[in-house]
Amino acid sequence: MVRALQLSRVMLDLASTRTTTNLAAVGEFAAFAGNAARQALLPPFEARETVRQLYELGVRSAPLIAVSGVAVGVVLSMHTRASLERFGAESMIPAGLAMALVRETGPLTAGLLLSGRIGAGIGAELGAMRVTEQIDALEASAVDAFRYLVVTRVVACVIALPILTTVMNFAGMLGGFLAETAVTGMSLGLYFDRAFALVDLTDYVPATVKTMVFGFIIATVSSFLGFTTSSGTEGVGRASTRAVVLSSILIIVANVLLVRLIFFAFPEAAG
Amino acid sequence: MTTMAPPAVRLDHVTKSFGARRVLDDVSLEVRRGAGFVILGRSGTGKSVTLRHIIGLVRPDSGRVFVHDDEISALSGEALAGVRRHIGFLFQSAALFDSISVGENVAFPMRRHTRLTDREIRERAMVKLESVGLEKDYDKMPGELSGGMRKRAGLARAMALDPVILLVDEPSAGLDPITSEEIDQLLLDLKRREGTTLIVVTHNIPSARKLGDELVMLHEGRIAARGTVSELEKSDNELVRAFMASTHAG
Repeated sequence: MVRALQLSRVMLDLASTRTTTNLAAVGEFAAFAGNAARQALLPPFEARETVRQLYELGVRSAPLIAVSGVAVGVVLSMHTRASLERFGAESMIPAGLAMALVRETGPLTAGLLLSGRIGAGIGAELGAMRVTEQIDALEASAVDAFRYLVVTRVVACVIALPILTTVMNFAGMLGGFLAETAVTGMSLGLYFDRAFALVDLTDYVPATVKTMVFGFIIATVSSFLGFTTSSGTEGVGRASTRAVVLSSILIIVANVLLVRLIFFAFPEAAG
Repeated sequence: MTTMAPPAVRLDHVTKSFGARRVLDDVSLEVRRGAGFVILGRSGTGKSVTLRHIIGLVRPDSGRVFVHDDEISALSGEALAGVRRHIGFLFQSAALFDSISVGENVAFPMRRHTRLTDREIRERAMVKLESVGLEKDYDKMPGELSGGMRKRAGLARAMALDPVILLVDEPSAGLDPITSEEIDQLLLDLKRREGTTLIVVTHNIPSARKLGDELVMLHEGRIAARGTVSELEKSDNELVRAFMASTHAG
């Protein structure tokens, strides 16, 4: 009985310590993300490094997004056809696909794909820089390492995500067209006419703008984990993996809240 | 009446702990301008942490750190960056930025803190690389260099802005005796030619003898001895005498 009580007390202590540690980490991250957001709006702007990051994180992700977009479009088109054929509504396939892509599938798929590519990259790169003292070397060279490494990546991600999401949407529609034309021989012009018949700016703008939040999440989570890496190469690997896992989860959770917010702000988008 | 110039660096009762482990315990020291100051001690006695305090990478739990007239331990932001511009730091691992070339590593501080043109920066970076014998390696990536070459490149970067104080962490670590001696000679030339204040952390006694006008020995976070080489060799402290008698070459 006494041993059982002692054991439960130890377990309670352990749980309490873990909760405190996790809460402290959440607080640290919130301060880190807040600082990144604040500094992104204040000069001096690291324009050269931001452009370099836009190329590294944005332009170099475009092939992944484009290829994935085409594949997603083909698969979505096949599923949509299977469903709409039952109701004799095949002519709605382009519009249905476009609506699904623009409103939800494009932004969320792009966000998750980029959390993998960019999140892992930033986590590993900053983690390696931390353990090899390169971040200290930047500070010792009188450079604000946070602004130079973190803020530039945050700005680049916030700019790149909506653009890459748009690439994803168009690639998806191209994939949908390829699937459709293979079955019905539909022309490109007719396909895109039908695709855009029901999509308007209230479908495109809020859903695409929300990916700026995804970009902010990916960049801040992975930068935080990379920047605070310890324990050598093992820590770098851990930072990289956790960057992908945590940013993916946060994107999915944020997406629920953002969709709710979009429906509240743009009731027509819910129609 | 003349006023004496303040020391290049002063630590005033500095104490620092990481977790439960006290790394520096009430350490006070002064480094004269233009001197070669060597911090000796076994591994894990707080030598590198002392250097990190001097450039403001670590802040003391208590006590103060001065660089010339500036209390660097109390500075942040632009004021801290302003002091750091006058200090060079050669890291133990060299810490070269591995995404840019060797030449661009040396050029980096100039790009950040001067208004020189690209051409002038390249010329000056080349001069710095020449001084460490790496003029042919400007366009190489850090990963292509040997350990000794990386250290020399790190030294060229540390000298990029002609610092008045140069902090050097374990210049001989991982190097063969000949390369180690070459680095010592480079540091000595710099001190004699430019009047640079050298603060060197090492446990390599031959290196300490060559570079040190003054030495301190740290033991368990405290200063166990201080003085010239001959004074430390005659120390009452047996540990200090034994350390000075060793010929360990890093």
